[in-house]
Amino acid sequence: MAVGTQYLAEQPKLRTTSLVVGAIALAALLAAPFFLYPVFLMSILCFALFACAFNLLIGYVGLLSFGHAAFFGGAAYFTAHAVKVWGWEPLSGILLGVAGAAGMGLIIGFLAIRRQGIYFAMITLALSQMFAFICLQVPFTHGEDGIQGVPRGNLLGLIDLNQPLAMYYVTLGIFLFGVFAIWRIVNSPFGNILKAIRENERRAISLGYRVDRYKLGAFVMSAALAGLAGGTKAIVFQFATLTDVQWQMSGEVILMTLLGGIGTMVGPIVGAGLVIALQNYFAAYDFPVTVLIGIIFVICVLLFRRGIVGEILELLKRKPKGTV
Amino acid sequence: MEFRGFVAVKDVTLSVNEGTIHALIGPNGAGKTTVFNLLTKFLTPTRGQIHFRGNDITRLKPAEVARLGLVRSFQISAVFPHLTVLDNVRVALQRPKGLATQFWLPSGSLSGLDERAMELIDAVNLSSYAHLTAAELSYGRKRALEIATTLALDPAMLLLDEPMAGMGHEDIGRIADLIRRVAKNRTILMVEHNLNVVADLCDRVTVLARGEILSDGTYATVSADPRVREAYMGTEHE
Repeated sequence: MAVGTQYLAEQPKLRTTSLVVGAIALAALLAAPFFLYPVFLMSILCFALFACAFNLLIGYVGLLSFGHAAFFGGAAYFTAHAVKVWGWEPLSGILLGVAGAAGMGLIIGFLAIRRQGIYFAMITLALSQMFAFICLQVPFTHGEDGIQGVPRGNLLGLIDLNQPLAMYYVTLGIFLFGVFAIWRIVNSPFGNILKAIRENERRAISLGYRVDRYKLGAFVMSAALAGLAGGTKAIVFQFATLTDVQWQMSGEVILMTLLGGIGTMVGPIVGAGLVIALQNYFAAYDFPVTVLIGIIFVICVLLFRRGIVGEILELLKRKPKGTV
Repeated sequence: MEFRGFVAVKDVTLSVNEGTIHALIGPNGAGKTTVFNLLTKFLTPTRGQIHFRGNDITRLKPAEVARLGLVRSFQISAVFPHLTVLDNVRVALQRPKGLATQFWLPSGSLSGLDERAMELIDAVNLSSYAHLTAAELSYGRKRALEIATTLALDPAMLLLDEPMAGMGHEDIGRIADLIRRVAKNRTILMVEHNLNVVADLCDRVTVLARGEILSDGTYATVSADPRVREAYMGTEHE
């Protein structure tokens, strides 16, 4: 049992390190709006949550969805419509967005889950493009204009979200809740089965698991959390437009997750932060930001394929290779 | 079973009696693994029927068959490479214990399964490696882990696809003992090339060649059959 004991002794150390890093990150997030522009920070938080939701599927189930924009942008439309037209309170509006995204996830997931690899990606892409087309045509989305001027309103009738700081801390709360939910799902009995399916699907089947149901469950959860990010974004930016449902958005979230590190908890957050920061910074210059992000993407894929956080984690836990 | 016109297995009427160890042997390409895939529903037969404990399972899905207690191992070792040895066995225990769909519980809620998992790991002599990932194990130990994982389901019938393949002499003895031990209250159908093991372990032997049954009976009967000798081209064990 020598190996086992040593392993157990290492665990608390790892846990302490993660707790310290987590505490510093939380303090930084709490203090950030006093140093940086809150709308910029909220934009990062929304996209980071979106990327984390996407990562739940690719990182822990091994499914590459190329249609996650449908859930993100769809939820933004649902929330914006409920709040602006029906006069809903913002939190209920966001929850409606989550429910809508989950429902769409159930339909798209049900149709796509039977296929694997590139076929799965293509089906999700095709279905999300169909949804984008519907969004262009139906009246409630206002076509090219989108839903503009969504009121932020009062959260639960108590907190005035027109105050930038209040809006920031509410967004931060939603973000932390979403990331915690993903962390809990990944480190749960259900998450264990997801990892087993990712590792060896045939073996999981031969152990009696109906893997399609587990995959669909994870797909719906991922869609719902992407919807949480999209609904929140509609309140923060006070609009919902076609940009968020189009395939470019699905591509962007893949890029963020790849840059940060697939299958790591923190990677997608770092990746989203990097991409949004670059987009913001270079928006003021003539230099085309897409070219720059493309170059970074190529460098990343060539030099550190595990992504930024993935490579760091690999360096930290590097140990001798071989079998016993 | 036909694959686009190629008949892999034909007219195989195989009955395995409850509580016995039954071997399926034959030269390479005889269709042994195809029979396994048919029985566990990873393939659907073109014609014919499959019954398990009185139920017709011909049209069931693989996961359903496993739930009925007919569990297989694979020819190429089937472990979850990046999970620890303990987690590999726990994954198998989770479903029967009803702890597989709870996405809201911490994974610490699975610690109740540890004791049983460690018993199974101990039975295949892997206790000192319980916290290593399966990928770090040698080939023989991966096979042992696979058997421990399969036993975690406590299946009524076990299908072992070449459990001894690629194992050293010592490992073979240990796994043979293990199979004998676990066979006490269940049925085992195994594909095995090591005829010493087959002679030693199995109550009954079915020889398959070119997709058809060549001979069937005790090891002594089968090994005396001239057709079997011919199929093995005189290389079979006495």
